[in-house]
Amino acid sequence: MTFRRTLAAAALAALVATSSAHAQAQPPIKVGLMLPYTGTFAALGDMIEKGFRLYVEEQGGKLAGREIQYFKVDDESDPAKATDNVNKLIKRDNVDVLVGTVHSGVALAMAKVAKETGTPLIVPNAGADAITGPGCAKNIFRSSFSNWQPGYSTGVVAAQKGYKRAMTITWNYAAGNETVKGFTEAFEKGGGKVIKDLTLPFPNVEFQALLTEIAAQKPDVVFAFFAGGGAVKFVKDYDAAGLKKTIPLVGSGFLTDGTLEAQGASAQGLITTLHYGDEINTPRNTAFRNKFAVTYKVNPDVYAMQGYDAAQMLAAGLNAVKGDVKQKDAMLAAMRKATIDSPRGKFTLSPQHNPTQDFYIREVKGNYNVVTGVAVKALADPGRGCRM
Amino acid sequence: MDLATFLVQCLNSVQYGLLLFLVASGLTLIFGIMGIINLAHGSFYMIGAYLAFSIAPFFGDRFLLMLLAGVLLTAAFGYLLEWAFYSYLYQREHLQQVLMTYALILVFEELRSLLVGNDVHGVKVPSWLEGSFALGDLMSYPWYRVFASVACIVVALGMYWVVNRTRLGMMIRAGASNRDMVRGLGIDIQRLYRIVFAAGVALAALAGMIAAPLSSVYPGMGGSVLIICFVVCVIGGIGSITGALIASLLVGFVDTFGKVFFAEFSGIGVYLLMAVILIWRPEGLLGKRA
Repeated sequence: MTFRRTLAAAALAALVATSSAHAQAQPPIKVGLMLPYTGTFAALGDMIEKGFRLYVEEQGGKLAGREIQYFKVDDESDPAKATDNVNKLIKRDNVDVLVGTVHSGVALAMAKVAKETGTPLIVPNAGADAITGPGCAKNIFRSSFSNWQPGYSTGVVAAQKGYKRAMTITWNYAAGNETVKGFTEAFEKGGGKVIKDLTLPFPNVEFQALLTEIAAQKPDVVFAFFAGGGAVKFVKDYDAAGLKKTIPLVGSGFLTDGTLEAQGASAQGLITTLHYGDEINTPRNTAFRNKFAVTYKVNPDVYAMQGYDAAQMLAAGLNAVKGDVKQKDAMLAAMRKATIDSPRGKFTLSPQHNPTQDFYIREVKGNYNVVTGVAVKALADPGRGCRM
Repeated sequence: MDLATFLVQCLNSVQYGLLLFLVASGLTLIFGIMGIINLAHGSFYMIGAYLAFSIAPFFGDRFLLMLLAGVLLTAAFGYLLEWAFYSYLYQREHLQQVLMTYALILVFEELRSLLVGNDVHGVKVPSWLEGSFALGDLMSYPWYRVFASVACIVVALGMYWVVNRTRLGMMIRAGASNRDMVRGLGIDIQRLYRIVFAAGVALAALAGMIAAPLSSVYPGMGGSVLIICFVVCVIGGIGSITGALIASLLVGFVDTFGKVFFAEFSGIGVYLLMAVILIWRPEGLLGKRA
């Protein structure tokens, strides 16, 4: 079905191409997709690519009147291979634009190379603060979030609810520590106090000892950052230990994203914040979700949305220079100033090129993260350490 | 830390240690008796967990029956695997064993990805083990964790009995100390090895099945278990089941209390323990001197 659809789209594109044969034939714009196509993050890479392609197809398979040609590299979420992989796209395939990736370590290596070569890079997921912080550059953009952001917005919500003493728990690695820092900053600014940070080595999932420690300290609220398998186990263990009834658990949205089916009853009622959620009832989001579901026969998620917006950011830049990627400075300036009409809601970019976006309060109901309000409107990453 | 919290942490340590023992005992058995470095052991743990996820719906609340079925299935699988692959490894050097068993990890992970996918899944606790009892004023302790500990103790006792009190156990011990002599006495060492290997696979898979409702099942779950199991085997002394039990409990305690008191360094606590013990006794706690 998808194949037939692609075929139809291709035929249509061919028809359009021949009917306007008098227009000068420009070579296609080369987009290098460096995403995880195997390993733990394979599903995320797939969703990002689907989202990206959906926007391009909505524009008739072209951006600013030019065909898009894709070059794909599987980054395997392996930072050790990242520099070689990104050089394949830049030096061998000569791509005009880079899009990638999920894993922060790999994305940091990509950003380093992109900074040296000047190839425009759009990061569609990796949240490492450094990408739009100390490692920022005028050709590096992000369509997703910084780790600091969902931590900060959750801290705002926890402080507003009147909690005074908080404990945090996460894996001892960059994403976890950066998110916890964001939470602590907002929570303490709101009058609360983080009494203890609990960590365990990535990707260890033996939480029992730390849960006992939480029960002994009796904080008002617990902030957790985990994702994937660790998130499932943590939420279930927290419930099984009897803590869910007495000490509220809050987290960044990744605690309950793509994991709800496995978490089952243990996740019901959990409050998280993220820049996306289920049932954002805007025409823009509904149109996106329907189109995505019809095209790919699966429901889009936050990753698909970030891929889609990466394509929108590229389109904003290309439109400003009428598809002439040689005018790089003008193109980058247009991307920087663009307002992106995202399914998550309109957003602009901070001076460091990270989305300045609304963060939603979401509550788990059944298998959905239902949006119940806005935690922080237009939250901008501070972009600390960025010199451009 | 007050006394109640301390006792709960001790309980946590023992429970984690016992589950570790269940996985590590299979590894030390295969390593000690057959002399094979089996990197794929973590995969058997993973296979057990995914098996529990796949067959649990057919068994409903008959959880023990499911465990039995799983043990029989994986033992048969181990028997077949020994015949097809491992039996060619005995006379080879360790590097070749590592290469082949590492290849098996990749094969099993890929098969898992094709058959079940890359999603995280939860496994339901059987209804007769649901619920928990209160510990202190805030904490409660799930009955299933108690069940997991008891199951591990039962298996440990069973293993002790088989190895030390039965004819099969005698042959296994004899085979471990002198392969050629046992063969000279007219015992089919090949078949003996096959049985030991099948038992090792079944033990790892059983641990995976018991752990599945606790830990949920997820890609790469075998890898993390494998490393800690090797630590247990090395601390306990390679081939010693009693050593593995002591080492598992030690690791359980160090890991649990390390996380509470030295959160920043909890990752290295267990390895520090290993280093200290190896300096003190290079052959491990109960290992035989080479």
